[in-house]
Amino acid sequence: MSLIALAADAAANSGEAPVFPPFETWHFPSQLFWLTLLFGGLYIVLSRMILPRLSATMERRGDHIASDLDQAARLDEQAVEAQQALELRMAEARAKARETANEARAKMEDEIARDTAKVDADMDEKLAEAEARISELRAEAMANVESVATDAASAIAGRFGVKPSASDVTSAVKAALN
Amino acid sequence: MDLQFRQIADPIKQFEVVKWFDLKVGGVDLSFTNASGFMLLGVTMVIAFFGYAASRGQLVPSRIQSIGEMGYGFVADMVRSVAGEEGLKFFPFVFTLFFFIFFANMIGMSPYAFTTTSHIIVTAALALLVMAIVIGYGFYKNGLGFLKLFAPSGAPWYIMPLLMPIEIISFFARPLTLSLRLFANMLAGHIMLKLFAGFAVTLVGAGAAYIPVAFLAFGMGVALNALEFLVAALQAYVFAILTCVYLNDALHPAH
Repeated sequence: MSLIALAADAAANSGEAPVFPPFETWHFPSQLFWLTLLFGGLYIVLSRMILPRLSATMERRGDHIASDLDQAARLDEQAVEAQQALELRMAEARAKARETANEARAKMEDEIARDTAKVDADMDEKLAEAEARISELRAEAMANVESVATDAASAIAGRFGVKPSASDVTSAVKAALN
Repeated sequence: MDLQFRQIADPIKQFEVVKWFDLKVGGVDLSFTNASGFMLLGVTMVIAFFGYAASRGQLVPSRIQSIGEMGYGFVADMVRSVAGEEGLKFFPFVFTLFFFIFFANMIGMSPYAFTTTSHIIVTAALALLVMAIVIGYGFYKNGLGFLKLFAPSGAPWYIMPLLMPIEIISFFARPLTLSLRLFANMLAGHIMLKLFAGFAVTLVGAGAAYIPVAFLAFGMGVALNALEFLVAALQAYVFAILTCVYLNDALHPAH
């Protein structure tokens, strides 16, 4: 820099009327003084007051955004959990409903079977009774038929002049009827 | 008339330092000049802008707060990507440097404004400050290990005699290139702007026949103006990112 100052001095002392202003030396001390003062002042104000504040604001914003994102992630997780819980409960309820339906169906089928059995038994009983009566009646009728046939056979044999014994007629009629 | 006109169009005049308030301390001239004034304006604007952005502190940022936070993120990403997480201890410095230069350059784009960074003494002081921090912190953190910076690892020993002088020279050229790059860009850009604008006015004054050429010169000035806005932003970025690169050397000298 002293070289420049020398050159400037040489230019200033050479007698040329207009000296190139940046190479004039008289204002160098003043320039340096005010530069030191103003640049130093600017540095102090910026580094002590303004830049920390700016960075604090930006940091705060960064934290805020990060915490918001965290919260969003947490809420998202909660939503997923709630969804899963809901699905679980739905499945449970569905299973329970199916079970209830099955139970009801089984109960109804049971009842139907019981009723059917009861009716069937009733019917069987009545049928058996009826059959008993029918066979009784038939036996009675057959007995009547036997006596009528025995009487008729005795009468017919009497006409032919034969007089069979009653037991013979009865056995003959029995053989003929069966 | 001609003389006065030439004075207005003089492309160098915009760099002149003019005393606003006299101030002498122990025989040293510390006058408050237009350079100091515009530097104060830039610093005030940086503080006002970022102070407002920081004072909002809302979770959902307003527009200005959002831009302020973008500036913060931009510089923080730059420091982190170039100098790593450890480099973030220099973040306030790089931030101050970037926006000091950025606002100075942008204020300079306004007509009649003084461009603080178009003076070599300012850019040189900033570059030397950067180098002082790099060297100071480099030795403080690494001790003599900082000198490994000049001996790239992985290079075969027999090219070391060639390589080390190159590394040393390039290291000491850094403050020079760092300061000259910003200074020359701002100076040349503003001279060009003034030249084309002045040329346009001169051509109009020279006669009706030159008016089409004057429009050409004016159009060129407009195009250059756009370019200069790019340069103003870019040079602030270049200065800041090179600062990060140099700080990275101080943090990790063995590269």
